[in-house]
Amino acid sequence: MDTNILFIFILAVFVGFEVISKVPSMLHTPLMSGTNAIHGIILFGGILVLADADTHLAQVLGFVAVVFGSANVFGGFMVTDRMLQMFKKKKQP
Amino acid sequence: MSSQIVPLIIIGVSVLFILGIKFLSSPKTARTGNLVAAAGMFIALCALLKADGSSVWSHGWSFNYTLIVIGTVIGLIIGAIGAYSVKMTAMPQMVAMFNGLGGGAAALVASLEFVGRSHSIEGIAGFDAGSMLFATLIGSLSFSGSIIAYLKLEGKFEKPHTFPGQNILNGLILLVILGLCGFLTCNASSDNATTFFIVMFSLALFFGVAMVMPIGGADMPVVISLLNSFTGLAVAADGFAINNLAMVVAGTLVGSSGTLLTLLMCKAMNRPVTNVLFGAFGSSGGAQAGAAGIVGTVKPIQADEVALLLAYAQRVVIVPGYGMAVAQAQHSVRELSDELGKRGVEVQFAIHPVAGRMPGHMNVLLAEANVPYDQLIEMEQINPSMDRVDVCLVIGANDVVNPAAREDKSSPIYGMPIIDADHCKTCIVMKRSMAAGFAGIENHLFYKDNTRMLFGDAKASLNALVAAVKAS
Repeated sequence: MDTNILFIFILAVFVGFEVISKVPSMLHTPLMSGTNAIHGIILFGGILVLADADTHLAQVLGFVAVVFGSANVFGGFMVTDRMLQMFKKKKQP
Repeated sequence: MSSQIVPLIIIGVSVLFILGIKFLSSPKTARTGNLVAAAGMFIALCALLKADGSSVWSHGWSFNYTLIVIGTVIGLIIGAIGAYSVKMTAMPQMVAMFNGLGGGAAALVASLEFVGRSHSIEGIAGFDAGSMLFATLIGSLSFSGSIIAYLKLEGKFEKPHTFPGQNILNGLILLVILGLCGFLTCNASSDNATTFFIVMFSLALFFGVAMVMPIGGADMPVVISLLNSFTGLAVAADGFAINNLAMVVAGTLVGSSGTLLTLLMCKAMNRPVTNVLFGAFGSSGGAQAGAAGIVGTVKPIQADEVALLLAYAQRVVIVPGYGMAVAQAQHSVRELSDELGKRGVEVQFAIHPVAGRMPGHMNVLLAEANVPYDQLIEMEQINPSMDRVDVCLVIGANDVVNPAAREDKSSPIYGMPIIDADHCKTCIVMKRSMAAGFAGIENHLFYKDNTRMLFGDAKASLNALVAAVKAS
């Protein structure tokens, strides 16, 4: 086990808590959606395991993981952007 | 050279993710924040493709890489179609769906890694095995739980499903899962490890279903937020297992900020998170408890009468709720507010923090209908002046305006902050029928002396109101 990585993990826990201490409730949904997109980084995990896959089963499951991860990351960012697009301040007609 | 650059890139990417989340929590910078995080993701992907050559791209092009490209493109297409075709009312479901897919991916990555390495000669170190099992457990739980949450928001079995002893049964299943995880951590290379692993995986999938089924549709936002932070933790655990720092940082950030967001949402509803997860509240006793202390009768009103009240009011406050979203009535609401504005009536929208199926749901919908941002007022700001409001128009909102939260100590929602719709001069409640709200509690507001009920589909009623205001 690499203790450096554990050290980074612990710091990241606190950063995650600190960084969103004050959020107006109207931004809860976009924030949830945005962080949802960030964990789409699992796409990399899918790419790494599929690259090393040596059985058909591993290829199939790895392929599914890549599709899922890719949909998570791309869809996540797009849907968040679509939500936030509408928060622009509009001029009264 | 590349081996020195990669950690630097990952530091930069981590900063972009942190700034992204930071910007996302303020209205002015939110959109930039999302783009900053997306840019971080893009850079991280390039760094993985270009610089990790030693381990990933060293054997030249093979069929697996073709699969990677095809899989990524298919995912991109699914994501784009999902993100751009979904109706604004169905946004929460979409987030649940994407979260579930991420959880599924995290579980699959961990499973492949575990089964692959448990058969290898080196075996798996206890810590690695532990993080893989954790990622499998949390990821698959998040996958099946998110699908149930998706279905509940789509209107399938939205009522809580409970039976006696359910929490005990769930607890037992969880114990078995944890037992299997413990066994596998110590015996990752034993002959039947794969069999035990499959049993654990299936039980975890089942547990996700069993955990979300008893929770009512109104609490799905909290559940999705919790599952979102779960997926983050699963991704972080995957990062530990395959030694990928970017995944550890991104997953952990999501895990901890998601946990805090879940707690903030519960706070807005004035309920502890344990109550949401294990309370199965609203399934029994709620209606009876709320019915006590109701005095008065329900007084219906017609649309043209409401139109007159509105047209000659000084100040009108509109309280939107999930009913407005279901009826797709946000555009009609905006038309009504414009029409009243032309007549010099001051129109404001009072937004309860948990109105709709997700916090911020109403803001998104009204913004879509081009309601000016500064007309949306948060609950704390509008409540002190509610007694100077002539007409309060409640459109498809129920629990968030229920005075039982202030008056009735036996009510399950007692203590929840509400919009004081009952303090205005006349309160018009637009509702399809007398059915109770999501929480299954009788609403005291409907029986107040200054309340009138306008029954019917919200959109149809609003269009009638617009026509009547124009004519008057």
